[in-house]
Amino acid sequence: MLERTWPAEGATRVPYWVYQDEDLYREEQSKIWRGDTWNYLCLEAELPGPKSFVTTFVGDMPVVVTRDPHGKLNAWENRCAHRGALVCMQPRGTAERFSCIYHNWTYDHAGNLTNVAFRNGIGGKGGMPADADPESQSPKQLNVSSLNGVVFGTLSKNVPDLETYVGPEVLPRLKRVLKKPLKVLGAYTQVLPNNWKLYMDNTKDTYHASLLHLFFTRFRINRLTQGGGVFVSKDGAHHCTYTEMIEAKDDHYEKEGVRSAGNQAFALEKPEVLHQVDEFGDRVSIQILTLFPGFVLHQIRNSLAARQVVPKSVDRTELHWTLFGFADDDEEMTRRRLLQANLVGPAGFISMEDGAATGFVQRGVAGSPDRASVIEMGGASVGSGDSRLTETAVRGLWKTWRRYMNV
Amino acid sequence: MDVVELQLAVERLHARYAHAIDADKLEDWPGFFTENGRYRVATAENEERGLPLPVLYCEGRGMMRDRIQSLRHANIYEPQRYRHVVSSVLVEKIDLKLARSSANFMVIRIMQDGATMVFASGRYLDRIALPELKYDERVVICDSRRFDTLLAIPL
Repeated sequence: MLERTWPAEGATRVPYWVYQDEDLYREEQSKIWRGDTWNYLCLEAELPGPKSFVTTFVGDMPVVVTRDPHGKLNAWENRCAHRGALVCMQPRGTAERFSCIYHNWTYDHAGNLTNVAFRNGIGGKGGMPADADPESQSPKQLNVSSLNGVVFGTLSKNVPDLETYVGPEVLPRLKRVLKKPLKVLGAYTQVLPNNWKLYMDNTKDTYHASLLHLFFTRFRINRLTQGGGVFVSKDGAHHCTYTEMIEAKDDHYEKEGVRSAGNQAFALEKPEVLHQVDEFGDRVSIQILTLFPGFVLHQIRNSLAARQVVPKSVDRTELHWTLFGFADDDEEMTRRRLLQANLVGPAGFISMEDGAATGFVQRGVAGSPDRASVIEMGGASVGSGDSRLTETAVRGLWKTWRRYMNV
Repeated sequence: MDVVELQLAVERLHARYAHAIDADKLEDWPGFFTENGRYRVATAENEERGLPLPVLYCEGRGMMRDRIQSLRHANIYEPQRYRHVVSSVLVEKIDLKLARSSANFMVIRIMQDGATMVFASGRYLDRIALPELKYDERVVICDSRRFDTLLAIPL
């Protein structure tokens, strides 16, 4: 195990062992993912009717989300009480009940064990004793809460209700996007060669967007000179950043000589991939929102998506993207969202680079668990503000992480 | 063109396309399509669910040129090459101006340090304009919903 000491500078440093320590990765599973947190599970739109289900994850833990015959949402660990096999093998569908393929133990939509095959034996022989209690090893059941069509779950009995958990700084920004019934456009997975926290701090890093993503800067979609700001929840756990639609006329990036200013000769022949309709009526062109530990909601122009962070090992993370529109989108809006799908995901003009950058960090720090990131843009504080030239939301992530992990 | 000639011609088209990408002649890529040709990378899962989401989508050569320009001048990604293997090519002549083709593909990705992996496999579903032998539509259906790190170079 690596030496787990936090640098004396405190909030402005993040030591590299946090991305490398396998024991720590396992501890995070119980203290964070299965601890006092609300975790994104799926969209309600993926569970269209009674008896429908999808499978998902909370950290490493496989989970089944269902609607019972009365339409109520349930979520439970996808693990049979008997020998621990996956109960539900399909990614989605409808089911009357859930039977484990191994020995046919059967569960209802709430994950209650309803039948143990041959429990009472056959012809007076075999079977379990009368005082057997296989129910004691039943799949863990999660508390489920849906917020405007987005389903979250928790194993914790101590965590406050979902809206209180998100808090008044970020909640209105979540509801701003989730204003109508959603329609799923599709999904895919991006495999990231890095620790899950590197992706979360990338997403909370409002400083990097216009420096890494030339596409943002060259086409004046997202520059730090544009109007915008960042909201951070009081405890630092969640954040939301936004950029206004007003096009920047500045030449700060050109004068600073940063790569992302690009070459004036590079122009788009078909700029309609960027054409935005102000569907929320507030002139916001980009909003990126994160909830601790692993949920991201994006609005990039008219592209909308839920991104679920699924850790797989200390240096491997899956990002499950679900792109959506609204149930009442007309053909033109759907077409616009599908064209703008080119901006995001593994082939996204913008998003592809996040996978590259975070992987470079994982590889770059291999020999330096004793060194630390410098996260000092905007000082040492954690809080909301009207400048995105800050790393305040990244510090918020680490403040929260240290609280959960007692580091 | 008779059946054999058409089969050979379409197989050659697929081969030239694969060689151009694998040889990093990405600027040649839009030229394999008709002026308004479409290129769409999708996943088998989304197709089966009837969901329209593309992983990558171009309408016309202009958008394809934008994609390549962006790869050359804007996007940051680690240097990498592909090796395409295209096989089991089925060709069906619809009329004098149109043929359909279905073919299997496998793309192996080679990073600059030599790391090599099967990056994608799937099917090309093509509408091919005749007699010019250009893709009017190329739909790339990936077998897996999972993409390692990023998809920069077209499949």
